[in-house]
Amino acid sequence: MLGRTANGLFWMFRYIERAENTARLIDAGLRMSLTRMHGHEEEWESVLRSSGVYSAYCETNPEVTSADAVNYLLRDKSNPSSILCAIEAARNNGRMVRTALTREAWEATNECYLDIKAQLARKPSSADMPGIIDNIKQRTGLIRGAFHGTMLRNELYNFSRIGTFIERADNTSRILDVKYYVLLPAVSYVGSSLDNVQWESILRSVSAHRSYGWVYDDDYKPSNIADFLILNGRMPRSLAYCYDKINANLSYLEREYGARESCHETAAATLGMLREREIQSIMDTGLHEFLQGFISQNSRVAAEISEAYRFYQD
Amino acid sequence: MPFDEMLTADSLPRTPYKGYFNWHSEQKTSDLIKKSRDAETIFRKTGITFAVYGKEDSSERLIPFDIVPRIISGSEWRKLAQGIEQRVMALNAFLDDIYHKQEIIKAGRVPRALIEKNDAFLPEMIGMRPPGGVYTHIIGTDIVRTGEGQFYVLEDNARTPSGVSYMLENRETMMQMFPELFHLNKVRPVENYPKLLRQSLAAVAPPGCKGKPRIAVLTPGIFNSAFYEHAYLADQMGVELVEGSDLRVIDGKVAMRTTRGYQAIDVLYRRVDDDYLDPLSFRPDSTLGVPGIMDVYRAGNITIANAPGTGIADDKAIYSYMPEIVEFYTGQKPILENVPTYRCSEADTLQYVLDNLAELVVKEVHGSGGYGMLVGPAASKRERTEFAAKLKAKPGNYIAQPTLSLSTVPILVKKGLAPRHVDLRPFVLVSNKIQIIPGGLTRVALKEGSLVVNSSQGGGTKDTWVLED
Repeated sequence: MLGRTANGLFWMFRYIERAENTARLIDAGLRMSLTRMHGHEEEWESVLRSSGVYSAYCETNPEVTSADAVNYLLRDKSNPSSILCAIEAARNNGRMVRTALTREAWEATNECYLDIKAQLARKPSSADMPGIIDNIKQRTGLIRGAFHGTMLRNELYNFSRIGTFIERADNTSRILDVKYYVLLPAVSYVGSSLDNVQWESILRSVSAHRSYGWVYDDDYKPSNIADFLILNGRMPRSLAYCYDKINANLSYLEREYGARESCHETAAATLGMLREREIQSIMDTGLHEFLQGFISQNSRVAAEISEAYRFYQD
Repeated sequence: MPFDEMLTADSLPRTPYKGYFNWHSEQKTSDLIKKSRDAETIFRKTGITFAVYGKEDSSERLIPFDIVPRIISGSEWRKLAQGIEQRVMALNAFLDDIYHKQEIIKAGRVPRALIEKNDAFLPEMIGMRPPGGVYTHIIGTDIVRTGEGQFYVLEDNARTPSGVSYMLENRETMMQMFPELFHLNKVRPVENYPKLLRQSLAAVAPPGCKGKPRIAVLTPGIFNSAFYEHAYLADQMGVELVEGSDLRVIDGKVAMRTTRGYQAIDVLYRRVDDDYLDPLSFRPDSTLGVPGIMDVYRAGNITIANAPGTGIADDKAIYSYMPEIVEFYTGQKPILENVPTYRCSEADTLQYVLDNLAELVVKEVHGSGGYGMLVGPAASKRERTEFAAKLKAKPGNYIAQPTLSLSTVPILVKKGLAPRHVDLRPFVLVSNKIQIIPGGLTRVALKEGSLVVNSSQGGGTKDTWVLED
């Protein structure tokens, strides 16, 4: 397979994942706005920060308002991470690697793009938002379903999956990093209603507000939330889960190619670390520093993969 | 009245259309219109789109598909196929001659200047004989019809004909939507085209190639108007779809960058124009090609299909010499006629063309896609005056042809059937043999009375049936 094809699949699935994650972030932000707590504009600032676009947003928008932030995250052409741009980029990558996709996987991607592009052609009203968010989740879910149901489990599949989980790990760690301070014991008043809303918002951003209760006590506890999103191997958006999948897919490639590359070492070390660490020690030594370290480690894995499998011309 | 291929002047179906016509009379127009919308949905879902150049909104568009098939009888097809085969043999012989001994020039049948001053003539190809001696491997001969048994070749499209994916998808869609029609009519299959293309490309691999030849399709990328077709053909053939940035010359071979390292390619079906193929030999600013591929080619280590420099054979200025070319190399009279062509480069002829602009179609010698042409009878007086000025400024850039009364085939409209002008592009594969796929791409002008069938100018397509009879 071509290095460019591996790269195209990797990015196609990164962008699909990104679109889905942004939809979740908007959803959580809208939810916060509904609670009418003071400072919900701050919530949009942290949503923009989680999406990594806060400073770019400020260049074109005088202030942070709910309507402008939603529009920017949803459909602004100048924001390469907006849902519309991400889906277009996913589809362009899919078009480029069309020969590597099954008809079903391609058509689900193409239809997702055509449908969402039409839906986002005009600035939506707030009443349209729930329908739009649902549609984005459904459309990206269909791509995933078609992909899982029809793709051969070969190297094409591995590169696609690695793209998904690199992006997801990046997203989850950024969401946590933007909000890490509300999880710190020193500044949080356990049980205050503001904190409850903040914590729930974190969980909503990764669609985990229900499953949290299945795993931990009903009460929100900062260290449990951090544990759930970082170390819990059953939580599909946790860092540990993502690295488990990244390693599994890299192992297939290692066997298939008969070669172990530096990306294998880095990814294995990252997984080992996530398995060994205790949440309390992470909280004690500094959540923010831990997350910063993880984000750069994750980028390093991505760069090493692209080099090992010749994604780009040298 | 133009010749209608389905109905006689008394509105009775002609023989090849009898089966279809009877079926059609039993259908409700509203049902068919619904089916026709379904077809559009299928096409949009699949992403069979093309980009229109030079439009403000350069987004992709669908080529409209009409669900009434264009039907050709077996006997009509046999004559067409013989004529096309003769022409394709002549084109390859002509190319070999032009890049070697140039007998046809020495014999005074084609002027030297027309060849050597032509941009499509590549001096790099002089003395070069491609593997298998084949220059043009894939050809799409454009044919128009004016009456019973009256066919003309309009263009030879010997460099990179496109549209074959529409031929295949149109058939696929028709079979999905109207399976009963294929029980009622014995339609010759076209769907083995990708397999035949692959075999045909493999058969012209370089002589030094041991084992199964490795084939790839070279595309300019996703923003090219025909990208869908490039991906489709690579997919159907089961070969890699590569871009220039994937390729590099290594150890005297052209190799593609795979996840496991560089892998040599034996046959490259390129959908990139000559100019962009090799920045070391042609346009230095090209990023679509492969630096050094021409050296590999000249050393006989890769087959490029179609060969560089084939454009000299389908140049519109050369076209007018095709009857002489066919006769010169085959020793026979051409089976298929050329459309009479006026070479505006000749002073007397230019005057004739200027005097009769209202009756003629004038085309740019190097134009394609229906851009830069004038359809005299359809043009306004002002358009003609403007065009006359361009013509006088650069007469060598133009040829003119009488406006043919193109045949019509009905399309489906709200009120039922309505005749529209059509042309036909059958596809031909050349390797150690010549194969003509029974069918082709029928392009149809959807606007009433219009003669321009190009998809970039509002044309549509039809499934094309060749009957087994």
